[in-house]
Amino acid sequence: MRVAIPQLVLRLALVGILTVILQVSAVTQLQIFGTNADLMPLVIAAVGLLAGSIAGACFGFTVGLFLDLALVQTVGLSSLVYVAVGYWAGRFRELRDPQSALVPLAVGVAATAAAMVGYSLIQFLLGVEAPVSFLLAREILATVLLNGVIATPVYAGVRRVLLPALPEDPRRRRRRAYTTGGLSPLSRA
Amino acid sequence: MYDKTVRRRRVVLGLLVASSLILLTAYFGESTGGGLHSAQRGVLDVVSPIQEGASKALKPVRDLFGWAGDTFHAKGQLKDVRKDRDALRAQVVELQARVRENAQLKSQINLNDTHGLTDNGPVAAHVIGQDPNLWFTQVTIDRGTSSGVHENQAVVNGEGLVGKVTSATSSSAIVTLATDHTTQIGATVSESGVKGVVGVEAGHPTDLVLSSISGKDVVRPGETIVTSGTVSNVGKFPSPYPRDIPIGRVTHVDEPGSDNQQVHIAPFANARRLDLVEVLTKGDVAGR
Repeated sequence: MRVAIPQLVLRLALVGILTVILQVSAVTQLQIFGTNADLMPLVIAAVGLLAGSIAGACFGFTVGLFLDLALVQTVGLSSLVYVAVGYWAGRFRELRDPQSALVPLAVGVAATAAAMVGYSLIQFLLGVEAPVSFLLAREILATVLLNGVIATPVYAGVRRVLLPALPEDPRRRRRRAYTTGGLSPLSRA
Repeated sequence: MYDKTVRRRRVVLGLLVASSLILLTAYFGESTGGGLHSAQRGVLDVVSPIQEGASKALKPVRDLFGWAGDTFHAKGQLKDVRKDRDALRAQVVELQARVRENAQLKSQINLNDTHGLTDNGPVAAHVIGQDPNLWFTQVTIDRGTSSGVHENQAVVNGEGLVGKVTSATSSSAIVTLATDHTTQIGATVSESGVKGVVGVEAGHPTDLVLSSISGKDVVRPGETIVTSGTVSNVGKFPSPYPRDIPIGRVTHVDEPGSDNQQVHIAPFANARRLDLVEVLTKGDVAGR
């Protein structure tokens, strides 16, 4: 299994920086149905799905740290949440090896929900005095739904950037071998 | 090999979680001049120009989404706004009706004061039914015998004479208008005192005619015609109309100077827009 580690790191860094800047400068200001999308859990979950649990966790930590620094908020908070999201997405791929086209959507939705609930929980644990209200639940639900809409394109975008640097996927290798003749019944004919 | 991979994964995860917790603790523990806060400021210094550039570059996209969002929001508000509009429209209609009624009441009071009709026992009534045909001869009012309204009582509004009651039930009455062809009203030219009888010109229900005046009597356009009241044989032929109630204004005179001269009158009371009227329940008061 050949792994282009420096290239992958470079591409992950590019994806991370672009995601944070896009999130902070544009996405947070685009109100749709009274809420805005959150690219962070989608991108981190996509990285976890594509590159595995360690890469997902590291990416989540780094991007979370960058986000906390850029937004001048409690440092370590987003890192902690996104480490869990990236690791979980990676482990999901490693353990289940899902192949359905709906996986990015389902994982994106679950990652968003987990990140938002986790973030809120830690905020409460840290003593943020805000009532657990219907408004908060509605906000979380709206963001989860909105992220569900964009989860698949975001995954496709991340995949497009990372794919050249990703380790050779045995499934992909198998498929290529099949279609190029090695395993195809047509080639035997 | 597998154990090593698992161990490495767990170590990395543990390190990352621990680092996050350490960062959290350190951030809470340090002052605003501490290392992490300084790092935040440094990152902010670097990122903010990029953010600013990106923000400007993405402004059209933001505006587009904002426009779409506003449109959806506006659609959501549309229902409420329509409901408010309907309520306000109903209020406006009601207020306009009240303003109209207020103006009518004012002119009615003015007429009562000017012509001393308060002594004639005026009973205010609303027109609740109107003859729909072209000739506008009858209206129904919401006062009847229980309010003292009886047949042959004069009916006026703020503009002048309307007609007289020709039929009454306990709660409503029929008023035959001055423009009905059967109506004959003893009238006087207010400026000159010339007396005659006001009726309707055949075929012109909105045009009253003063007739039965001699050829020597001069009547000019613009003069005012009022009721003459009971002028003779008070007990025998009492007029239902008290004296000096305005009927209309002279528009033109046919065959002036002859015994057949006819004075055309435009009635003051608009038969098409009768709403609030007054029934004079006491008829012509003594001496008037």
